[in-house]
Amino acid sequence: MSTYALPTALAEIVDDFQALTEPDRLQLLLEFSRALPELPERLRDHPELLEQVVECQSPLFLTIETEKDDAGSPAAFRLFFKAPPEAPTTRGFAGVLHEGLDGLTAEEILAVPDDMPELLGLTRAITPLRMRGMTAMLGRIKRKVAASARLQS
Amino acid sequence: MSYPVEQNEKFTAYANPERLVSTEWLAAAIEGGALNDGKLVVVESDEDVLLYETGHIPGAVKVDWHTDLNDEVTRDYVDGNAFAALAAAKGISRDTTVVIYGDKSNWWAAYALWVFTLFGHEDVRLLDGGRDKWIAEGRELTTDVPAPAAGDYPVVERNDAPIRAFKDDVLAHLGKPLIDVRSPEEYTGQRTHMPAYPEEGALRGGHIPTAASIPWARAAAEDGTYRTRPELEALYLGEAGLTEGDDVVAYCRIGERSSHTWFALKYLLGFETVRNYDGSWTEWGNAVRVPIVKGAERGSVPAGAR
Repeated sequence: MSTYALPTALAEIVDDFQALTEPDRLQLLLEFSRALPELPERLRDHPELLEQVVECQSPLFLTIETEKDDAGSPAAFRLFFKAPPEAPTTRGFAGVLHEGLDGLTAEEILAVPDDMPELLGLTRAITPLRMRGMTAMLGRIKRKVAASARLQS
Repeated sequence: MSYPVEQNEKFTAYANPERLVSTEWLAAAIEGGALNDGKLVVVESDEDVLLYETGHIPGAVKVDWHTDLNDEVTRDYVDGNAFAALAAAKGISRDTTVVIYGDKSNWWAAYALWVFTLFGHEDVRLLDGGRDKWIAEGRELTTDVPAPAAGDYPVVERNDAPIRAFKDDVLAHLGKPLIDVRSPEEYTGQRTHMPAYPEEGALRGGHIPTAASIPWARAAAEDGTYRTRPELEALYLGEAGLTEGDDVVAYCRIGERSSHTWFALKYLLGFETVRNYDGSWTEWGNAVRVPIVKGAERGSVPAGAR
């Protein structure tokens, strides 16, 4: 695996994880779980606008929105996640994806390899079972972005 | 039993009341300094590997069901050496009273308790209601990780046979009671999943012939505590049709949810022979030529299946 296709912010996160020992990687994931932004008010009261990622062991809901400027450049995708505080691992990975992918274009997001979660070096500590939910989260984002990009083209 | 057993009306009705403690009991024991000398050790075991780090019962140590209790290579539990090393590192000696609690109505805590029991750890109890009840009651939490003095734990060989069933044991068991503790969708084989998300866990859906469907969470009340003895009897003796003295096997997907049911049958209702089939559906649903029933009916054991 290599990080060549990763957007800059995500590549930096991967480098940060890889530079650490396993226990410190878990601590870093915990920090990401704390840094996950709250939903904006317009989504907070509208759970029906979010989709559940059922492969996650804990409830995780997400949605995407597009932001287009007038200059005709490709739309930026904004990512929104909701996960309860009692699911820090799920929240942590949502935090990684938020910091790594929020505001990017469809092309950049779709270029992220599906097995990107493996690059964080957490598989042994978190177990393959738990990693599956993370991979599903990325997969869901990519599918929604792809569908949205098709609609707009 | 090395640490005093809790007496209360709800617990006294159970077959083995000494296997549960209440949040009040634990809070008082901690307050009284019970954790200071290694006689009592509190263990948190959660589904989420980071949950302990966000805050836990003061003095509690963490045992992760997967990374600490499962062998990394073989699909099996750790051996006697690894378990002794784990216990000692957590400040647990062979005669320590261990109280285990966790998230989701103690689902993973019951699993950890079951693994402790495979090693014959004598005094291991569950905190009734687990982590959620402790928090709901506004009790103290801390992010301080204790550094307990090493426990003195012998290398004990695991004794699986009394409480653990393997696939061949289940085949030989067919015709005797089985409890399937998974969701109704998993039981019938109509697993709900999103388009383009194949269920990777098992190649076949359904249940083991004749198994009764009693989803594990039905043994828990809204506050995560175990239901009372009469309620559990209505569930397992009434609905599932078990009778006293039955030899029972419980299973789920990987043996975690069924540990919660195993505990209820073994210690709360007092069934002597209850085994947890930890291979569960991820083994049975992938095994070649084992009998499977689809749909809501329990079905029957096909001739020659044993």
